Amino acid sequence: MNLRFYLLRRIALIVPTLIGLSILTFSIARLVPGDPVGLAAGPQATEEIKEALRREFGLDQPLPAQYINYMAGLFRGDWGQSLYTRRDVLPDLRTFWPATLELTTIAVIIATLLGVPAGVISAMYRNRLPDHVARILSLFFVSFPAFWLAMIFQTWFGRDLGMFPINKRLPVLVAPPPTTTGLFLVDSLIQLDFETFMVSLRHIFIPSLVLSFSAFASITRITRASMVEALEKDFVRMERAIGIPYRIIIFKYVLRNAFIATITVISLNFGWLMAGAILIETIFDWPGLGLYAVHASLSLDFQPIMGIAFLYGVVFSLINILTDMVYGILDPRIRYG
Amino acid sequence: MAESDKRKTAKRNEARSARWENFARGLYRFRSNRLSMIGLLMLIFILLVAIFAPIIAPYPEDAAGKTRVMARLQPPSEDFVFGTDKIGRDIFSRVVMGTGLALQVGTVIILLATSIGVTIGAVSGYAGGWVDDILMRITDIFLTVPALVLAIAISAALGKGIINAMIGISLVWWPGFARLTRSLVLSLREEPFVEAAYGIGAGHMRIIFRHILPNAVSPIIIKMTTDFGFAVLTAAALGFIGLGAQPPTPEWGAMINDGRRYFPDEWWIATFPGLAIWLMVFSWNLIGDGLRDVLDPRARR
Repeated sequence: MNLRFYLLRRIALIVPTLIGLSILTFSIARLVPGDPVGLAAGPQATEEIKEALRREFGLDQPLPAQYINYMAGLFRGDWGQSLYTRRDVLPDLRTFWPATLELTTIAVIIATLLGVPAGVISAMYRNRLPDHVARILSLFFVSFPAFWLAMIFQTWFGRDLGMFPINKRLPVLVAPPPTTTGLFLVDSLIQLDFETFMVSLRHIFIPSLVLSFSAFASITRITRASMVEALEKDFVRMERAIGIPYRIIIFKYVLRNAFIATITVISLNFGWLMAGAILIETIFDWPGLGLYAVHASLSLDFQPIMGIAFLYGVVFSLINILTDMVYGILDPRIRYG
Repeated sequence: MAESDKRKTAKRNEARSARWENFARGLYRFRSNRLSMIGLLMLIFILLVAIFAPIIAPYPEDAAGKTRVMARLQPPSEDFVFGTDKIGRDIFSRVVMGTGLALQVGTVIILLATSIGVTIGAVSGYAGGWVDDILMRITDIFLTVPALVLAIAISAALGKGIINAMIGISLVWWPGFARLTRSLVLSLREEPFVEAAYGIGAGHMRIIFRHILPNAVSPIIIKMTTDFGFAVLTAAALGFIGLGAQPPTPEWGAMINDGRRYFPDEWWIATFPGLAIWLMVFSWNLIGDGLRDVLDPRARR
């Protein structure tokens, strides 16, 4: 009851932010020196053709009217049309989005599985060798340009060692599982098709591993810092005094306390990795938003770019709400009100 | 008269020596952090390479796009230490000549983002009320979309080119600084010395710039250092996509994009610029990590 009210209020509070975001994306797209229509129509286009194009896309109207049209469209589910492919943006986003979401989710899972234990170990062996090693390694890996590392890994693991597929979500001859969510891993499990599941897992592993590196350092750091802080709490001393094994103290009591700050950083990373995925996808020919975004931005095709920015804004806001829900699960003292 | 002047000078000297002592202690702590010293040495090396680039590079004219058709796609050799690219330019020369550019890009982005962010954050935190509300809502809007996506959108809108990429990245980079500065100002605003300054009639500007901000410098500097590497990384990413520096500019990200088609058979074209980016980012990260310990001792226990 309480929770439902809280959820509704949080979702309602996204609306002003999204309206602000729509103003921002609109301004980016409209107040530009470039001439997207001229580019789209080609160098041979006459002034009449350009004029017709402008009218078709509503670019001949005054700016406030254009904005109102744009925003009304956003709510109706009409996110505009690509100047080049002439396809509607929203269905395109729906097609490409699940691939990016799947890639990012697996990357966040990998980063958490690597980063949280590394942070715990660092805190347990504070200022001793394991701590230093974890620190150096995380700084080492986070400093690589992900798109470059992606090329290297693709060659090593895909070509030289032949351990993993080089690109795409599935081999050409394997039919994708029937679409329920668009996430191949989930869809194949729904169909109990374990073979496809394993194949797509092998495809997603290297791209998401590379993507996860950029989140590894911040997750390790925050886990370490909040573990160190929690370890100095009185209840830990008490637990040690009454003889609870250290391992149990760490994993059952300290980690749970330290995890709240970590969850925040993990959810922030989700958004950053979603953006980083754009770069990784171009390397692995991953049919997500990346190629779509890169192509659109290189050709001044604004509706798709605005659509992507807006979609990212919506998803990121929702993730933030989800994060707050998780706080409540981890810390029963938190009340939603 | 002379007596009070003397006292003033003495007081000022005292303040200065206290500050100096703090600085010296920080320097000591930074120096005792071996990793950060390695980072600093790496950065000094990078700076030297940037300064002496025209002397170090065997073919400095290759940065401008001189072609050498006879020596296309040569693997690393004695003549071309890092090999040559598709039109026979020496990769080593181009990597070396691109060092200064990468440093400039990072500096411009960080300085722009800091000045926008600190101003907005300071005004927001100091003024409070509806000014704070409006400024923070604007900041939130920028924070809803991952920086890279907005940077791509803005740079695409402004047009391809390194300058526009820098503007685009700066325009999405400031919210972090605004948030940080605001939180610092919010707590400093309540300090007795601020109240005292206000009491003796100091203006708002004077209070913000002379009393509040100097005490907020440390965390801002840490953020500038740790962000520097990532700003370079983001600019390289835009160059890689094709939105940033355009050929023949020896920008590392654009060079990787250039070498992509030839990877992995002619691996050297993309590999060496990538390593250069890594070295730059790694050195800043090491320094930033050490500075964090120095300026905020609680962060590392």
